[in-house]
Amino acid sequence: MMRLLINKIAILLSTAMAVLGLLFLGWILITLIIKGSASLSPYIFTHDLVNDGIRNLLWGQFVLAGLASAIGIPVGIMAGIYLQEYGNHTRYASFIRDLSDVMMSAPSIVIGTFIYAIIVVPVGHTNGWAGIAALFVMMLPIVVRTTDDMLSLVPIELREAGMAIGAPKYHVIFHIILKAAKVGIMTGLILAFARIMGETAPLLYTSGSSIYMGSSLSETYPSMTVSIYNLATMPDEKLVGLAWAAALILTLAVLALNLLGRFLIKEKRL
Amino acid sequence: MEKLFKILTRISASFVFVILVATVIVLYLTARPAIEEFGLNFIIDSRWGVVETIEKNVVAIGDATASAQHNNSTDPIANSNTDSSGIDNPTHANTSLADDVLSSNDDIRAVDDFSINYDDLDIDVDSESADTDDASKRTVYGGAVPIIGTIFSTIIAMLLAIPIAMGIAVFLSEIANDFIASIIGTAIELLAAIPSIIYGMWALFYFGPFIASIFGGHSVSLLVAGLVLGIMVLPFMAALSRDAINTTPHVLKESAYAMGATKFEVIKDIIFPYAKAGIIGSIIISLGRAMGETMAVAFVIGGIFKFAHHTTDPTISVPVVLANNFAESSGMSMNALFYLSLILFMVSVITIFSAKYFFLRKQP
Repeated sequence: MMRLLINKIAILLSTAMAVLGLLFLGWILITLIIKGSASLSPYIFTHDLVNDGIRNLLWGQFVLAGLASAIGIPVGIMAGIYLQEYGNHTRYASFIRDLSDVMMSAPSIVIGTFIYAIIVVPVGHTNGWAGIAALFVMMLPIVVRTTDDMLSLVPIELREAGMAIGAPKYHVIFHIILKAAKVGIMTGLILAFARIMGETAPLLYTSGSSIYMGSSLSETYPSMTVSIYNLATMPDEKLVGLAWAAALILTLAVLALNLLGRFLIKEKRL
Repeated sequence: MEKLFKILTRISASFVFVILVATVIVLYLTARPAIEEFGLNFIIDSRWGVVETIEKNVVAIGDATASAQHNNSTDPIANSNTDSSGIDNPTHANTSLADDVLSSNDDIRAVDDFSINYDDLDIDVDSESADTDDASKRTVYGGAVPIIGTIFSTIIAMLLAIPIAMGIAVFLSEIANDFIASIIGTAIELLAAIPSIIYGMWALFYFGPFIASIFGGHSVSLLVAGLVLGIMVLPFMAALSRDAINTTPHVLKESAYAMGATKFEVIKDIIFPYAKAGIIGSIIISLGRAMGETMAVAFVIGGIFKFAHHTTDPTISVPVVLANNFAESSGMSMNALFYLSLILFMVSVITIFSAKYFFLRKQP
């Protein structure tokens, strides 16, 4: 009898924990939606921060994350290909795998300080390229890991079949293996992009944030997340409201990207 | 073509290695003045930006002004010399060069090591006031307050996150049916995807005041920071633990059930022992995350250099020091920040690596 009671209590507790987790998610989302939608208006999408809008921030964040992806994705995929197709089972490959896992969990603020030391200090002021470099460093290990994992799921027979008809290895990789792993890699890329979209710490003193439309990447560049950080502690109610609106848009974008990634993977399984 | 492609992929893979090594080297080089100045004492010194007076050799006042002028004129030369000669200990080289110049002027006097030392450190900040100052001073930077802050906020985070995350993991893998598990699982993973700055903002305006109304004290405090951190890492920890729990073979569970074990007993005696390594690994990785988290904490920890005597007092953590003070720093305070950054980086690398090596290695 006692055993059954303990069992009931344990199950109840465990369920309560899951409910608690959902409660936090609900609390955060509801807060965001209520506070964010209060300041949401067409006006903020057509004006820059200097005129109390967030157009330049949206654009800036998108450009920073987009350009970082433009560099990070090819390099990351190539590295993943090396790990799985060329260096697999070698010590060097497993060493790189470990390092990439370590890098994935490295504190993002430290990456910010690193980029600050090598780019911002020589240039003398915060600039867009430094922000891109920081996001690239954040993104690279995620792409490497995903590509590596997804390629490992491709059956060996496909490779053998390609080799057997005399195709060179790079041809096999590009036309057979990458095609087979396409959906998985796409999902990983979407998740990686979503991750760096929401990053603040590595941008704080690399790109900084500007209240104007970023004219050039060699100048201080507008960043949505950094601006949210700055605006949220302003005494001006209106600016705090703007921060909430930006936070809402950012969260919705990140969550939508995540759901899209999940949806893609599910479609493939069916 | 084939060769070229292979080399290209290899170079890309080495990028990871190069970046990691470059991070360590760059952080070390920029932190070196602070490392040389404060050594390992840095970790236990609780003063940050405090001006410390050092006893000075007796120098006549008239001489002091003269020597100050000399220092002024010789310093740039000395600096450029040390830069180009690349001597290991710039402070020492600086002193000896300054000595040389002074003695060549036939103007031998007791040159105060510390005053030159000071000039060397804070050249861009206030070298003039230093030169005219009678007593020699130096600004001391110590990392004890943020390091302690980081440790305690991480402990609080873990105390909150571990039980909840374990509950969620068990619920998802053993209690809920597939449909509910997939919905709640997705929700938990979405919680993990929310950018950390959103957690910080939410905590600043809602969670902090809520906690303060229960426990008293400030709405920005060590406690609030720790709890927010805990909430932030718990979905991550839950997802990893769930994956570890799911590796338990069904046969083991079924045989236990067949013996008449209750669900709780199966979880306690079969699943946890089997998935122990994976679960501990997930806890350590989450711990590494919590330690290095900046934005969720920056809003709510208070950001003041003071030990928190109660959990409801505001204090500061290492990432927050970096986030708040970087823009206004230069000279030695900048080097000290890089020192902190290096410490944080090394500690988190070691944490993650040990988790991977000892606990997560055997996972398929």
